[in-house]
Formats: sequence, C-alpha cells, structure tokens
Amino acid sequence: MTTAHIETEVPAAPQEPQRKRFQMEHWWGVLWVLPSLLAVMVFVYGFIFWTARVSVSAWKGLNPDYTYVGAQNYINLASDRRFHIDITNTIIFTVVFVLGCLLIGLGLALLLDKGIRMEGFYRSLFLFPMAISFIVTGVVWRWLMNPAQGDRLSGLNLLFHTLHLDFLVNRWYATPTWGIAAVAIAAVWQMSGYTMALYLAGLRAVPETLREAARVDGASEFQIYRKVIMPLLWPVTLSAVIILGHSSLKVFDLIIAMVGKQVALDVPSIYMWTTTFDGFFFGRGAAIGMVLLISVAVLVIPYLWYSLRQEAKG
Amino acid sequence: MTKKTLKLLGLLLVVAMLAAACSSSSDDTTTTAAGESQETTTTVAGESQETTTTVAGESQETTTTVAPSGETEVEVFSWWTGGGEAAGLDAMIEVFGEMYPGITFINSAVAGGAGTNARAVLASRLQANDPPDSWQGHAGQELIGTYVAADQIEPLNFLYDEQGWLDVMPETLIPLISKDGNIYSVPVNIHRSNVIWANPTVLSDAGITMPTSLDEFFTAMDTLKTNGMEAPLAMGEQWTTMHLFETIMLASMGPDAWEGLWDGSVAWDSPEVTKGLEDFAKVLTYTNSDAAALSWQDAGQLVLDGSSAFNIMGDWQEGFFRELGKTPQTDYVWAAVPGTDGNFQFLSDSFVLAKDAPHRDGAIAWLTTAGSLQGQDAFNPVKGSIPARSDADRSLYGEYLLSAMDDWASNRVVGSLTHGVVANDSWKSEIDTAIGLFLIDGDVAGFQGALAQAAADNG
Repeated sequence: MTTAHIETEVPAAPQEPQRKRFQMEHWWGVLWVLPSLLAVMVFVYGFIFWTARVSVSAWKGLNPDYTYVGAQNYINLASDRRFHIDITNTIIFTVVFVLGCLLIGLGLALLLDKGIRMEGFYRSLFLFPMAISFIVTGVVWRWLMNPAQGDRLSGLNLLFHTLHLDFLVNRWYATPTWGIAAVAIAAVWQMSGYTMALYLAGLRAVPETLREAARVDGASEFQIYRKVIMPLLWPVTLSAVIILGHSSLKVFDLIIAMVGKQVALDVPSIYMWTTTFDGFFFGRGAAIGMVLLISVAVLVIPYLWYSLRQEAKG
Repeated sequence: MTKKTLKLLGLLLVVAMLAAACSSSSDDTTTTAAGESQETTTTVAGESQETTTTVAGESQETTTTVAPSGETEVEVFSWWTGGGEAAGLDAMIEVFGEMYPGITFINSAVAGGAGTNARAVLASRLQANDPPDSWQGHAGQELIGTYVAADQIEPLNFLYDEQGWLDVMPETLIPLISKDGNIYSVPVNIHRSNVIWANPTVLSDAGITMPTSLDEFFTAMDTLKTNGMEAPLAMGEQWTTMHLFETIMLASMGPDAWEGLWDGSVAWDSPEVTKGLEDFAKVLTYTNSDAAALSWQDAGQLVLDGSSAFNIMGDWQEGFFRELGKTPQTDYVWAAVPGTDGNFQFLSDSFVLAKDAPHRDGAIAWLTTAGSLQGQDAFNPVKGSIPARSDADRSLYGEYLLSAMDDWASNRVVGSLTHGVVANDSWKSEIDTAIGLFLIDGDVAGFQGALAQAAADNG
C-alpha cells in the first residue's frame, strides 16, 4: 500500500535528487521485509505446494512415497463415511457458533451502547472468556456438560435438576448427531465477547447526527436500529462472520480438550491429525489439509478482494 | 554518521536473518552443537569442583579422556512424563547410572495424549534424519509395521545372545517382537489387557460370582439390570471401547482364531467374526451412556463407587486403585475377562536401537540396562507392571502382580490390538475409525465390512 502511494507521488516530485532518494528508501524497505518475505514464501507457500503434492501421492507409512495417484485421495474422501460425519459436524458447528456469537455479541453491544453505568466493567467481563485458551474452556465445559444421567447427574444437568427444570436435563455432547452443537455452545461462550467488542466499535462509529436526523424524521427507536444502524453495521457483521467462520472451520483444540478423539464428534482437522500421525496416512492427511485450505480460502478470498476494492475506492 | 552506522547495522542484521532463514540444515547443527556443548560443560562442572579457573581448557581435556572409553551420552525418547511411569523410568535411569557412570542420560520424554504427541514428534524427527538413540514403542507390530518397515531400527539378536535374554524371556513373546528371525526391541515390562475388575460388594449383594464365560457374563449383567443398575459394565472414551473389543473378540473366537485374524489365516468376513461382533454389540448394551465423557480412571471409579459392577481394562487399573488407597479383595476383585481364562493378552513397552544412532554404544548400554534383571526390578514395581523376564525377585511385587506373573509364566500369550502388538499403526487407526462409526450407527454388517476392508488395505 505504502509503496503504491509513494509511486503515485513520484511524478509530482520534479527534482531529480529527491526521486533518487525515494528509490533508495524504496530499496531499503524491500531489504528490510525480504527475510520475512522469504520465510513466508518457504514456510507458507512452499509448504502449501508441498502439501498439495503429497495429497496426490500414495504416501503411507513413515517413508515418503511420492508415487503419483492423481485425485485418488480426494475420491476416497468423497466416499469416506468418517469424512461425511466431519463435514456434517463442521456445518452444524459453524452455524451454531457463528449465529450464536453474532446474536449474543450484537445483543450485548446494543445493551452496553445504551450508556449503562460501569460500562468498562461489563465490557471487560464479557471480553474475559476470550483471554482463556480453548483448552481451558474445553476442560471446564467438559465438566459443566457432563452427560451422565440418573443418580450421577453433575454440572449443568445437576443445576437444572436442583432448580426443578428437569425437562432441560439432556445428554449434551453425547447427543447423537447434534452433540457437536453442545461443543459449539462452549465456543460461543468464549467468542461472543469478542463479537460484542467488534459491534461496540461499529456502534460507536455511527455518528450521533444520523440518529438525531432519524428522530427528527419521526423514526421510532426500533426503526432507527433497523433502518439506520443495522445497515451501517453491515461491514462489521461481515468481518465477524469471516473471523468466526474461518476459525470454526479450523477448530481443533476445543474439541480435543472437551470430548477427546471420537468419531461421533470428529471434524476435518482432527481426522487430518489422527490419520497422519496415528495412522501414517500422509497422502490422505494432506488431502484433508487441502480441502480445509480451500474451504477457508472460499470464505476469506472474496472478503479480501472486497475489502481491498473498498480501500482502493476510499 | 550515526545514520550510517544504523544502516550498516541494519544491513548486518538482514544478512544474518537471511542466513538463518535460508539454511534450515545449518540451523539444526547449531542447536545440536549447543546441546552437546552444554552437556560437556555440566560434566566438567561436576568433575572438577576444586579448580574453576580455566573451564575451556579443561573441557577439552575431559572430552579426550572420556572419548576412548566409548560414548559420553545417550538420548532416550519416551512418553513417560508423569505418575508411576516417570517414577519407574527414573528408577531405571538410576540403575543405568550405576552400571555406566561415564554416560550421561538425556531424557527426551514428550508429554501428552498417552504417547500420541510423542509419536508425532518422533515421526517428524525420524523424517528429518535426526533420530534419538533409542525410543519407546509398544512391542509388536507398532514397531515392526512402522519402524522396521521404514528401515529405521536395527535388529538386536547380538544383544540377546550376548546377554542370554533368550533363556529368561518367555518363548511365546519372542516371535511377537521379531520379523524374519530378527528381534527388534527390548521389552522392559508386561501389562495384561484381558482383565475384568469388579466390585465384590455389588457382586455378593446380587448373589453373583465372577463370571467365567460370556454367557455367564451376560446372565450376571441381566440380573444386575433387573436389580435396577443402569450400566453394569463401566466403559470410558473411544480407545477403551477398542480395548473392550479386543478382549471380547478373544473371548468369543478363542486364541487361535484371534491370532489368525492378524496373520491372515482367518478372514474378517467369516461367520466367527460375525459372532464375535454380535457378542461385542451385546456387551455394549450394558455400558454407561456417558462413556465418551469418561477416562479409563473415571470408568474404574464407577466400579469402586458401586455405580457399575464391572470394568474391563488393562492391569494399570490396579495401579490406579492402589493409588487411591484401595485394598485388593475387599475393594476390588479381578479375573481374566469371561471366556479368556488361560490366555494372557499382553502388551509391552520396549526400547529400540535407532539405525545410524548418533551414540550407538550409549544406546546399547541403555538397552542392556533395560533388559537387565536389576533394571526391570527397579522399573516394574514402581510402574505397576510385571517384568518381561521370568527370573524377577517376587518379594518386590504386590498381590495382583504376583498373580499376573504366574499367569504370564503358564498361560497362552496372545497380543493386544489397542496397545500395538498385533496390528500396525495404519491398520489400527482404520479399525479405530470403524469402531467409532459402529458406536454411532450400531450396524454390525457395516462394521464387519469396514473391518474386512481395513484388513485388505493394511494387513
């Protein structure tokens, strides 16, 4: 970005020596970023290409085997029942997690924006879960959502039972098919504070004059939120969806900490890990990695393209 | 002036970073070199306490004096980082120190995930041609199907001959750690996987004796269910289901057919496998609904509490019970899993010799200690397992371990699946997936098909 700015300014600078100095600066800049650029080239893009290569190989076992097998690993995944479960689980997890974070985050932000007392305190309170690692969250919620029934009730189930809310007692993450949604609830608890912070920043950026103008026009408070503020929060929502969405596609630590490795609550990243390092199916593991990369890219690249265009316009 | 110096400094920095980024191999050598020099300095510090003036000069001296007598160090890789396992390893390292005072022991244990984290680290080190001198692995196909297949460990027949281990290790064990006549590891301990643990109070209250066949087992659990016990058999997370699977298959099929499954003489789509899977499916109906949320310790706790009557788990469960201060026979009783009496389904932790080990002599010294009577009698009472050697000092072991020792000497020895004896890692991980899917849908035919496919692809 900065280099582009400098170049556009260059014709405006008529003196020759100054132009030369700009070029010198330019090269210094390049030299400074070169090491990290090279590191990124090797350790990010180099390894993406290497993973792509492994994903079309027959590599199984400890010794590399680059025999080309075409799309065989991908075709096998398409008929792999465990991978189907992974996809279903990822979709359920992503929907519950993203929607949960957006709704709760927005709700909290709207309430805080009303100018309550001790706003700073509440803001920190809601943000705190984000300071904890997913591992800790997982361990705590593993206990809270203990699925034991009968006289071994514990955690939330015991709380519900004690409050005579027995209809709420359920098997949490041990529920068939929908168990992953319980894991997503723990993730919502952790990340909704962050979403709130995003929305709060967005709300603070809405000029008071717009609200006043709407009030003068006779809009009700609800209409102001619906017609004026929400459309202005659209970019924030988009950013939140991208950030939450791509992290939910990659979720690994939370699930491992909360429910361990079990096929019923499997996701692609866990399958990738177990099949590569427990089973030494490197080809299949690389193929799952590529599928993950592509699914994240499908989400992120349009967003980057969109925001770059917005910046260029601005 | 200052600006110039700054620029020069910057340039130097960039060059340094470039050098670091470009050559990852040189990076490796620097770290190993640093590690080794550290080791020498510590030995020097220990040996020359009186003169601390010229350390550099003396370090050169010590290196030259130690070098002729062989290696100065050995790096041993394991996942024994906590509890009785780490304490047992420490006890064995102490014995090693007494036997080889000149060799520094480098303990490269990696924590977490019952060894899965360690094995991922090991796999990447082996691929980078940076092997530890010796590492831990479950005896059997976990070593042979993975490390021997990848040509990464050396046969140890010479050491077995030299130490006379063939005379003191059970005959049935040697084929399970060998391939083509080559023996590939030194087992330090033996665990038994086909053990059923029970709560004696619960059994006597229900008028049940310890079942000895699968039918008796089902009848006993039916009685308990009628008496209002929700889950007579306590089970934990998914790998403990695989553990249950291997013992029930052994009970249902018998030892010959069980071994036949792994050498290819018994087909996975045969009717006897179907019968075994149906028995397994039936056993699962007696288990707790929150199994996925429990560790093996939690499942054992359910038996102690009397919430469940039985738990099928390896004999490390006994170590856990003792840790809780429980007494054998009054708080818990045990037997071979119903239908497997006379069979000892075993697993064993063992150590290997890396091909092109950086400190080969050090590694051989370590393996000699690991296979020695002294080493095994130091390790096993602490870890809560029995020694692989048959000449152990019986006075060191408790009631359960003595019964296990007797069975080990007299029973038929068959291998465990969950703990790496009978199937290689790839095969095992496919079976694990099949079991996970079966837990979801309960479809026996689909399960058998997946198992047959896994055997065809990996057997």
